[in-house]
Amino acid sequence: MTVDVGWAIDWARRAAATVVEHRDELIELDRQIGDGDHGENMARGFVAVLARIDALTERPAQVGDVLRMVATTLMSTVGGAAGPLYGTAYLRAATVTAAPTLGPVDIVAMLEAALEGVVARGRARVGEKTMVDAWAPAVTEAAAAADAGGDPTAVLRAAAVGASAGAASTVPLVATKGRASYLGERSAGHLDPGARSTELLLVAAAEAASR
Amino acid sequence: MKKLINDPRDVVVESVEGFVLAHSDIVTVHGDPWYVARVGGAVPGKVGVVSGGGSGHEPMHVGYVGAGMLDVAVPGPVFTSPTPDQIAAAVRAADGGAGVLAVVKSYTGDVLNFETGAELAQAEGVEVERVVVDDDCAVESSTSAVGRRGVAGTVVVEKIAGAAAARGDDLAGVARVARRAIEQVCSMGVALAPCTVPHVGRPSFDLPDDEVEIGIGIHGEPGRRRVPLASADEITTTLLDAVADDLGILAGERVLLLVNGMGGTPLSELYIVYRRARALLADRGVRVTRSLVGDYTTALEMQGASVSLLRLDDELTALWDAPVHTAALRW
Repeated sequence: MTVDVGWAIDWARRAAATVVEHRDELIELDRQIGDGDHGENMARGFVAVLARIDALTERPAQVGDVLRMVATTLMSTVGGAAGPLYGTAYLRAATVTAAPTLGPVDIVAMLEAALEGVVARGRARVGEKTMVDAWAPAVTEAAAAADAGGDPTAVLRAAAVGASAGAASTVPLVATKGRASYLGERSAGHLDPGARSTELLLVAAAEAASR
Repeated sequence: MKKLINDPRDVVVESVEGFVLAHSDIVTVHGDPWYVARVGGAVPGKVGVVSGGGSGHEPMHVGYVGAGMLDVAVPGPVFTSPTPDQIAAAVRAADGGAGVLAVVKSYTGDVLNFETGAELAQAEGVEVERVVVDDDCAVESSTSAVGRRGVAGTVVVEKIAGAAAARGDDLAGVARVARRAIEQVCSMGVALAPCTVPHVGRPSFDLPDDEVEIGIGIHGEPGRRRVPLASADEITTTLLDAVADDLGILAGERVLLLVNGMGGTPLSELYIVYRRARALLADRGVRVTRSLVGDYTTALEMQGASVSLLRLDDELTALWDAPVHTAALRW
């Protein structure tokens, strides 16, 4: 299917649904190695996103318009570290998607911009047990799919697969960034809640392109 | 979960509404974006001092809004940083034309949101300086890339920064004094029992009845290590020694000793901790010339306490002694 403005709106709706559905799981993950607010904060933010989508009176012209709306809503409603991180990710993604439809290369650029935003704001690298561990392999896998001639849906599916593998890879890691880092060695053995929420969002993006 | 609340989602808003009603001579609340400001607004020509962070640490920060301390406080949801739009609005509201100092606790969420909020306010022409309080010596800077947390020492920094602003220092001067206080303050805490975030409904961590967490933060996160429950004197020794050693306090030096309650520990127990800490400092030949004992930076109903030391000199003593009139601190 075409990855266009309708896709972006559907992605936002599916993201809200999956974040709300997994609210308690994210709370529990964060409770183990953080302070337990990630599920609540993400749910509050995406419920607000859904309200903004529902209130749209006309269809935005460009994919970036939808992503920018998601960005500003998350920025002003999520709080915690996740608010500025996801807000910046969506904002950077919006700046490179000023088009009515996205091709495979555009999707890779969108994901790259989001990753760069997260890294710029949070100053984390791969392997520090943060959402970067999900974003980075998502970009790598998406780029490989695009290089192999995959269509937009295949590229988004590859990103979701990369994000899932990346999130799972955080389990054995010892956190050196974010609140889990205060636990030191005790942070090992737990799935990072931020990496998990990134996985949820990118799986939702792929599902929106697969319907 | 047993709490004196209505809907968990309304806890922070209802609490702040009550706070503002109770202290309407000192503070006023602004809605959308949400912040609590001094009655009368920004003082022309004075550097504004702003702080904020997640709720659940009461009286921090709204309890420190008033003459001689904070001009505006920005409450977030429980244990969750306020958002950049709130922070930017608070900074604008605190600006009396001389710029604004934002006192930020060193937690990833607070740092990121204040950074973004300050950028927004700066883009609108407000001069903003940020200082990050990182007094928690339980976090070993060498192993944690995010550095130390900001805990109870934040109260001391806010008081001193507020006094420097009230005395007429310019923005660079207020920031300089605040950074000096940050360098000279150190804290460490212990939890005997965790707290429960209202909208989560379960304790923030699991702790057996016969164990305590040493080196806890103030957001209900676990500490650095778990040890068997010991006497107040033994636990106080662990905390005080860590703090005094980290600060490198020497015989003959003067300190402010803050014994802070985490919300669920009676004042009587805090004084038992204070008593022991005084004895230990006396053994070290350190003079305690100022003291503060009570619930000043809490973590909801967490059972526990923290010990903080601020190395004092004449200037910091004078700034600590300067008049302050807030809901939670006044002399």
